[in-house]
Amino acid sequence: MEPNGGQPLLSLRNVTMQFGGLTALDDFSLELAPGELLGLIGPNGAGKTTVFNVITGQFAPTRGRILFQGRDITGWRPDRVTAAGIARTFQNIRLFGGLSVLENVLVAYHVRLRSGVLGAIFRSRLYRREEEQMRREGMALLERVGLAEVAREEAHGLPYGQQRRLEIARALATHPRLLLLDEPAAGMNPEETRQLMGFIQHIRREFQLTILLIEHDMQLVMGICERIRVLDYGQSIAEGTPEQIQRNPRVIQAYLGQAEADEEGQGARHDVAG
Amino acid sequence: MKSIYKTGLTLAGLALLFLLIGWANGHLNEYYSRVLNTAAIYIVAAVSYNLINGVAGQFSLGPNGFMAIGAYVTTLLILPVSQKQAVWFLQPLVWPLRAYSLPLWLFPVALLAGGAAAALGAFLIGIPALRLRGDYLAIATFGFGEIIFVLANNIIPLTNGPLGIKGIPNLPYLLWVTWGCAVLTVLAVTSLVNSSFGRALKAIREDEVAAEAMGVALFRHKMLALVVSGFFGGIAGGLLAFLVSTISPSAFTFFMTFTLLIIIVLGGLGSTTGAVVTAVIYTVLQELLRVVESPLDLGPVHIPGISGMRMVVISALLIAVMLFYRRGLFGGREFSWDWLWQKWTKRKGTSWNQTAASRS
Ligand SMILES: Nc1ncnc2c1ncn2[C@@H]1O[C@H](COP(=O)(O)OP(=O)(O)O)[C@@H](O)[C@H]1O
Ligand SMILES: [Mg+2]
Repeated sequence: MEPNGGQPLLSLRNVTMQFGGLTALDDFSLELAPGELLGLIGPNGAGKTTVFNVITGQFAPTRGRILFQGRDITGWRPDRVTAAGIARTFQNIRLFGGLSVLENVLVAYHVRLRSGVLGAIFRSRLYRREEEQMRREGMALLERVGLAEVAREEAHGLPYGQQRRLEIARALATHPRLLLLDEPAAGMNPEETRQLMGFIQHIRREFQLTILLIEHDMQLVMGICERIRVLDYGQSIAEGTPEQIQRNPRVIQAYLGQAEADEEGQGARHDVAG
Repeated sequence: MKSIYKTGLTLAGLALLFLLIGWANGHLNEYYSRVLNTAAIYIVAAVSYNLINGVAGQFSLGPNGFMAIGAYVTTLLILPVSQKQAVWFLQPLVWPLRAYSLPLWLFPVALLAGGAAAALGAFLIGIPALRLRGDYLAIATFGFGEIIFVLANNIIPLTNGPLGIKGIPNLPYLLWVTWGCAVLTVLAVTSLVNSSFGRALKAIREDEVAAEAMGVALFRHKMLALVVSGFFGGIAGGLLAFLVSTISPSAFTFFMTFTLLIIIVLGGLGSTTGAVVTAVIYTVLQELLRVVESPLDLGPVHIPGISGMRMVVISALLIAVMLFYRRGLFGGREFSWDWLWQKWTKRKGTSWNQTAASRS
């Protein structure tokens, strides 16, 4: 499915990421068409979060290239990648805890501020107009995602589900074309998870997003992704529709191996904060 | 509360402050004026230090270095030429400073130059230190302070070395100058902190990785905080030079930074109003505690004065405050009229509830 003349929105070409001797990502390639929702799954430590970290510039890949809207963004600083139109959430929620819900969102607008520091300190006409505009836009966004009532509360005081939601709202505030969600359902009960999946589909439509969704739990992504990619030990082992993936022996093997390892209590492949 | 009331209250507060200073200018003796001046200078230094340490969360240990630069630059620009000849009697002061000085009425230029020089120092130390994550800033700024100290001690043609520089002219209306600077610093820093730039700085403090992922350019914003902090630190140094009229490297040792660190931690890291209040409390306390350093005669028992005893008491106090108010007196929050209003109405509310409860 490539509606826009076939040019992918994002492509990773033979990306390898090594940490010392450990190869977290091995010759990984991926293409994402505009408007697509792709699921990225795999056992713990497979390298899923690392994919996000190299796309967003957290780490420069050891080898390979990353192209976004045809532009080579390999090794760009995270803030520039964000400005280019890629936003992310983190596996372990990373809100600005001491700031209010609204302020969390406003931070994301800062990059588009045209006033300089002096304009801000002396509250120039331009600055005052921009600040007011940001606040209006921020409140409107919070309305749309259902967080307007808690706009003035401190972020760390929110219940878990709302924190996840705020993290997504904050990412949306950067006006992304591509949204990267890292295990957004982690730590949620089935009911919350169901709501979240509905929410993701809702924002995908409303903000015309392309989404790359990491999920540890295979069952979860099956419902909303047209296409799924499976990672194991840093390598792509399968890609296809949910049905194809469910029947793929290598995938079953990878997840079975994970289950056995978990039972034996070998925590060698652990998560790293995303 | 309506914002027009809040602005009114703030203006009323400022007017009250200016009335107080106008009165103090004519009525206080030299000792009390000095304490008031010191308080204002500590406000300038602490509020600017809080910007980088408390608001942006970047652990700098450099304010003594910035203050030293400000003090020396201001002094070199304003010290009369005749006095310069008297001070640098072993080795002459470098040209053109030897031959030229600003007239005293241009003291604002000298202060601004001191601030600008300190800001430049902050910028230079920030280039390597702020590129790296982690505690490099603390190490680099600590080293910076030490380097400034060594330079001040050894570049005699510029600083007159350990002997220092005497005879800095008195500024008439010094109280107006110091408190004027304090008010301007607080207004400027508060305005910055409450702007979009301030939000970006706080975001960096809360979570650097997330801030960068939200588009905040880390290096530029940390640099902004450091340079602004350095600028006002330099102003504080220049003011100090005018107040004490003699400067030497020993006035700007790490002890100065330590003092400011105590002030901003006690006030609650990140709280500008907290820094203001504790700066004043600290100054007053330091004076009150002179008693514990003076010799004491209790009938037959004679206790000799122990210098440094004040710091022991202040440190004990610091520990006590940290035990009861783990996040400082203001807990990282700001004093605001809204907060006062809420306290006030809540107190009235609860007392009414209590009477209602006791009646039933
Ligand atoms: N910054 C890092 N330094 C060293 N090793 C890392 C780093 N980030 C991830 N890894 C390692 O890379 C592998 C993949 O991690 P990650 O991408 O977080 O897995 P996943 O998100 O699929 O659970 C793991 O073995 C992890 O320990
Ligand atoms: Mg992960």
